[in-house]
Amino acid sequence: MPLFDQLYNFAHWLTRNRDEAEDLVQETYAKALKGFSSFRLGTNFRAWMYRILRNTFLTSRTGLKATMTVPLDSEEDEPGLALERETPETILIERSNWQLVHTAIDQLPVHFREILLLCEVEEMSYQEIAETLSIPIGTVMSRLSRARNGLRDCLRRKLQRDEMAKVVRG
Amino acid sequence: MVCESWRAKLDNYLDGELPSEEMRAFGTHVQSCRFCATDALVSVQLKRSIQAAGKRFTPSAEFRRRVQQSIAAKPRRGIARFSWMIATAMIGFLLVAGLAATYLGRQRAGREQVYSELADLHVATLAGSSPVDVVSTDRHTVKPWFQGKIPFTFDLPELQNSEFSLLGGRITYLGQTPGAHLIYEVRKHKISVFIFQEGSLRGRWDEESPVTKELSFNMETWSQGSLRYCILGDAATADISNLAELLKHAAGA
Repeated sequence: MPLFDQLYNFAHWLTRNRDEAEDLVQETYAKALKGFSSFRLGTNFRAWMYRILRNTFLTSRTGLKATMTVPLDSEEDEPGLALERETPETILIERSNWQLVHTAIDQLPVHFREILLLCEVEEMSYQEIAETLSIPIGTVMSRLSRARNGLRDCLRRKLQRDEMAKVVRG
Repeated sequence: MVCESWRAKLDNYLDGELPSEEMRAFGTHVQSCRFCATDALVSVQLKRSIQAAGKRFTPSAEFRRRVQQSIAAKPRRGIARFSWMIATAMIGFLLVAGLAATYLGRQRAGREQVYSELADLHVATLAGSSPVDVVSTDRHTVKPWFQGKIPFTFDLPELQNSEFSLLGGRITYLGQTPGAHLIYEVRKHKISVFIFQEGSLRGRWDEESPVTKELSFNMETWSQGSLRYCILGDAATADISNLAELLKHAAGA
């Protein structure tokens, strides 16, 4: 089945629940097959499938809850935070502590989590992401930048907590 | 200062989203600037870690089998051990069939799918703990709530002296198209009114329909002022028809 593993991974990140992810993927394939006539030849099949999955998620109870409880901040372009050469995230990565990265991604609001996964995991182009999320490319860029900054902040906080815990213990 | 302008483009560079000329220029700059090279390295490491961490969940074999079986035709007895091949072939066949159907204009199937999706939306919405995002019986509160949320506007009827009451509204999506979903009530029966831009649904839904029975719900759909309206609920045929008349009158006023 085309894109099965990828769609399931994305669905699980969105729903944070195995059963709901399975329902979401199953419904996505059912809708895609039923509505294949609405797929326009020459357009992006992958973006179309992800769009179906995402829209199905957004209208689900979990999706509504996720989007209603987390307000979408202003999407105007803002200057990105300057990168620090003191690189807590690098230290985390060097430790290969993937669980911390998992947790950091999981803690992002759903609109940041989804765009980060589409870009970094699915390696979609900005154009594909724009088609999938039905947003302009400018919004893709600014939202992606905010998602990355959010992830860095989260990793920094975790690192600081770890260091503090070491000091307390030591 | 020069580095500041490069840094603003660092993510776009690493995502391969700069124009080719700028990609080359950025590459040259990174080779000669240790600060930007360090920043790029940090960002690359972060990207790699997200990529590795993001590929976290894998579907179970049992789930894969279940989906294959649910979307493909049932395999015939005797060839069960080749079921995965059959399922794959069937999916391919269905995709090709769907493609052919595009050219053959399977409007009926498209309409049925739309009705089915609307019925799903109706049921799922009413099953939710907060069916509407704007809770009001006042059309002058509900209509303005949609401003800036959907790419069109619409008129709602005055319900005084009618047995209908407006409960509120919410944004909905049909075929990746945003629209308005309004909930009305008549004698404890909840009725959904969906409004979408006509152009965005072209090819899927091009017909006028008096009240029909779809999935045991009563439903009426029509096009007016470049908008596609659909009323759906378990209320009596006459109720659906009366509400449709009120909406048509409001839209035509």
